[in-house]
Amino acid sequence: MSIGQSLPGTGALASALGGFRRAYGLVGSVILTLLGLLVITFVIARVVPIDPVLAVVGDRATPELYERTRLELGLDRPLYVQFYLYLRQVLSGDLGNSVLTSRPVIEDVARFFPATLELATAATLLGVVVGVPMGVLAAVRRGSWLDHLVRVVGLAGYSIPVFWLGLVGLLLFYAELGWVEGPGRLSVGYEDIVDPVTGVILLDAALAGEWDVFRDAFAHLILPASVLGYFSLAYISRMTRSFMLDQLSQEYVTTARVKGVSEARIIWRHAFRNITVPLVTVIALSYAHLLEGSVLTETVFAWPGLGAYITSSLLNVDMNAVLGGTLVVGLAFVGVNLLSDLLYRVLDPRAR
Amino acid sequence: MTATPLLEVEDLRVRFHTDSRTVEAVRGISFALGREKLGIVGESGSGKSQTGRAILRLTPPSAEVTARRLAFDGIDLLAATPRAMRRIRGARISMVMQDPKFSLNPVMTVGEQIAEAHRVHRRAGRREAREKALEMLDAVRIRDPRRVYDLYPHEVSGGMGQRVMIAMMLVPDPDLLIADEPTSALDVTVQMQVLAILDDLVSRRGMGLIFISHDLDLVASFCDRVLVMYGGQIVETCRGGALHEASHPYTRGLLAALPQVDRPPRDLPVIARDPAWLLPLPPEGRP
Amino acid sequence: MTAAANRPAGLRAWLREEAPSSRLQANLVQLYAGWRALRRNPLAMIGLAIILVLLAVAALAPWIAPFDPLHQDLANRLTPPGGAHPLGTDDLGRDILSRILHGARITLTIVVLVAVAVAPLGLAIGCLAGYFGGWVDSVLMRITDVFMAFPRLILALAFVAALGPGIENAVLAIAITNWPPYARIARAETLTIRRSDFIAAARLQGASSLGIIWGHVVPLTISSVIVRVTLDMAGIILIAAGLGFLGLGAQPPSPEWGAMIAGGRKYILDQWWVATMPGIAICVVSLGFNLLGDGLRDVLDPKQR
Ligand SMILES: Nc1ncnc2c1ncn2[C@@H]1O[C@H](COP(=O)(O)OP(=O)(O)OP(=O)(O)O)[C@@H](O)[C@H]1O
Ligand SMILES: [Mg+2]
Repeated sequence: MSIGQSLPGTGALASALGGFRRAYGLVGSVILTLLGLLVITFVIARVVPIDPVLAVVGDRATPELYERTRLELGLDRPLYVQFYLYLRQVLSGDLGNSVLTSRPVIEDVARFFPATLELATAATLLGVVVGVPMGVLAAVRRGSWLDHLVRVVGLAGYSIPVFWLGLVGLLLFYAELGWVEGPGRLSVGYEDIVDPVTGVILLDAALAGEWDVFRDAFAHLILPASVLGYFSLAYISRMTRSFMLDQLSQEYVTTARVKGVSEARIIWRHAFRNITVPLVTVIALSYAHLLEGSVLTETVFAWPGLGAYITSSLLNVDMNAVLGGTLVVGLAFVGVNLLSDLLYRVLDPRAR
Repeated sequence: MTATPLLEVEDLRVRFHTDSRTVEAVRGISFALGREKLGIVGESGSGKSQTGRAILRLTPPSAEVTARRLAFDGIDLLAATPRAMRRIRGARISMVMQDPKFSLNPVMTVGEQIAEAHRVHRRAGRREAREKALEMLDAVRIRDPRRVYDLYPHEVSGGMGQRVMIAMMLVPDPDLLIADEPTSALDVTVQMQVLAILDDLVSRRGMGLIFISHDLDLVASFCDRVLVMYGGQIVETCRGGALHEASHPYTRGLLAALPQVDRPPRDLPVIARDPAWLLPLPPEGRP
Repeated sequence: MTAAANRPAGLRAWLREEAPSSRLQANLVQLYAGWRALRRNPLAMIGLAIILVLLAVAALAPWIAPFDPLHQDLANRLTPPGGAHPLGTDDLGRDILSRILHGARITLTIVVLVAVAVAPLGLAIGCLAGYFGGWVDSVLMRITDVFMAFPRLILALAFVAALGPGIENAVLAIAITNWPPYARIARAETLTIRRSDFIAAARLQGASSLGIIWGHVVPLTISSVIVRVTLDMAGIILIAAGLGFLGLGAQPPSPEWGAMIAGGRKYILDQWWVATMPGIAICVVSLGFNLLGDGLRDVLDPKQR
């Protein structure tokens, strides 16, 4: 998917976790899902046509070294033992070493993840702040130009490849108009001025009071965040509209009208309060998908995040890095949705 | 009937336009209402609820409402601006909705919803609205109003929901109350108590009441006058006490279908229908 | 429709018959009604037109393309749109229009291959789970849930990384990561027909479970799955283009649109057309599928709009 496009109706993940939850409870469902992810990455690691031993020892290793490494890696054991070893290794925080950076994958991931988080968060914020009111108003003024706009924005969001939009955005707003900064997170002169505390440059710069750095970082962030946020906006406004339409046709809305309640109050206090719950799920889902959608965006904008890390490792067949990155994105994915699940319990009186 | 009726309805029609056809839910009904209890009975789908909604101008967007005259207290309801309608709704005409399960906002406590009805029309503070709501809950015989105030609709029973609904619609003291099957889920003693409240409001405050129901016996004993609807039309009008002497074959059929203690039903009676009961329709109205 | 005299011409009347006399007619009447509803939706018709054009272009590419898509003409590299090259040329002097026209074939191939791979996979898992129920259902659905709970693009990336780049592997990876929704649909459908009388009758006649699934369940569930795959076509195109862009799908010099964008990326600031043109092609085609899909959704599910 090029984000947005494969986002299902109300959330495949939500319903997937829902399926588990009925069977095993929340904690059980999360554990099972994570275990499933580990099985998948384990299987992928075993399917790779390259020799995992050669990847460690290199081509010119002696047969003795080769054999010793093979035994060390446990490759002579039965598959389930190998899986158990893999599980133990991952649970202890060891994702192996990256061939490319020759550092532990877990360290790389920790270094690259904040950039992805920053990008996806900014994009989601944009999508929510613009998309939610847009969807609400489109539902209220059904058939108006705004309604059509939401439809067009939605259709475009499901039809435009994110990497292409990124390139066109660079061409237009960076090269032609010069409104924003180009690829990367910071301009050359601003690098290494602030110490990474959180890893999120905007925060770090603000904390250090380096407002020039902040401004530069912002000018770099705004374009990729807008490109990514567009897809979030398309999805969120579309779903908000459809949720709102559904609520506005409910009987309780008529009841409120019978009471003489104003339309504004009906929209925001009655109907909107009823969609906050599914909306939280949608936003979480969109956020989770942006974490993934950033793979393509980061490549286009040379954004040093996890997505770019995964793709560059991919092209170099650095499987430890690829699988480690996949695992972490999957983890974030599940985590975000767990959060939305907990929020759901807080927000919906029926779920308490 | 008094000199100036509270509500005048003349040739009221409600049509639903769908893609392929037009459904006439209400086909030209006329009646006038004073400060009295008017019952409307009729089988499911006969257009009772749509009549009530048309008076409040709250039919769904796909519906078209026309009438030669639809006036409340001299105000032409069809010509009223949305703003004017909003001032009438709740404060002057209120409607107890048919199904409390769907008619209450699921994420607001029932108390908040009652208090809201009070606050919409009166610039009342939170505390005052709350007091008023609690008073009203008590009036509809809800035990422990303070506890119920903080319940969500899914936490109250069907009967309680109906009483919450009634409380909510009575809290702004309307001049006309349309009650759409307000007591169907209540047991007999509570039903009698609620009816007594309504009766009291009509006789003491001069409220007008339109009482929609399936329960012929109840309507016959409670209402001053009864309209019998069939297929969107009024097929018969009679005094409440005289319902059992009704002449229209449809009404007779409805009466015969009532279970009776002295005649245990062997077979469920089926009402024989006659297309001739329906007045001829304009040609485009035919489904 | 009483007197034969005032009946409108044969086939159309037969297709509008309210009391169909055969199962085939009943199905066709339903289809025809759907088609008439769809035809009233201008956007859906635009979508359909786009897809028909795509099909025509894919079929006729060698004849309508002005140049050989692989022919390099280094003297004319990076020429802007206009003249002999309406959409310009790329860094190797290849005609972009011709490449896009030929690329339509690749796009179509990928879409068809994914559909062919993903539908049976989802169908098999869904039907088995729905028909047998019990622990088979539990296990299969848990697997489905796990696959649904993960970022699909990343998973597809990891699979391609393991299998090696190329169209076939890209198709395989997309299929492996995209079957779960279809399995759920097939399972839901199977659950509704599992208990019907004709299944019981077939069982009494001694038909094997797999025989019943293949002979009775699959034919009844397949249409919903196909409809859903159609609705997802645009998404498939975009994933495939994304893999191509990352260099994991079609390999150069193949004129796959995503790979073409990747090739033009270096020149985006000065020779904008190289990367922009294939992107427009992707947008138009996936928009076509989305428009048609939206229209279909409205016809199939009038309540949800
Ligand atoms: N939104 C709608 N679209 C089309 N037709 C409708 C709609 N709402 C109601 N109708 C039709 O209007 C007619 C009258 O409905 P109404 O709700 O007034 O019946 P009723 O007499 O209140 O029945 P009940 O006793 O079941 O409440 C019904 O035949 C119904 O099919
Ligand atoms: Mg009704």
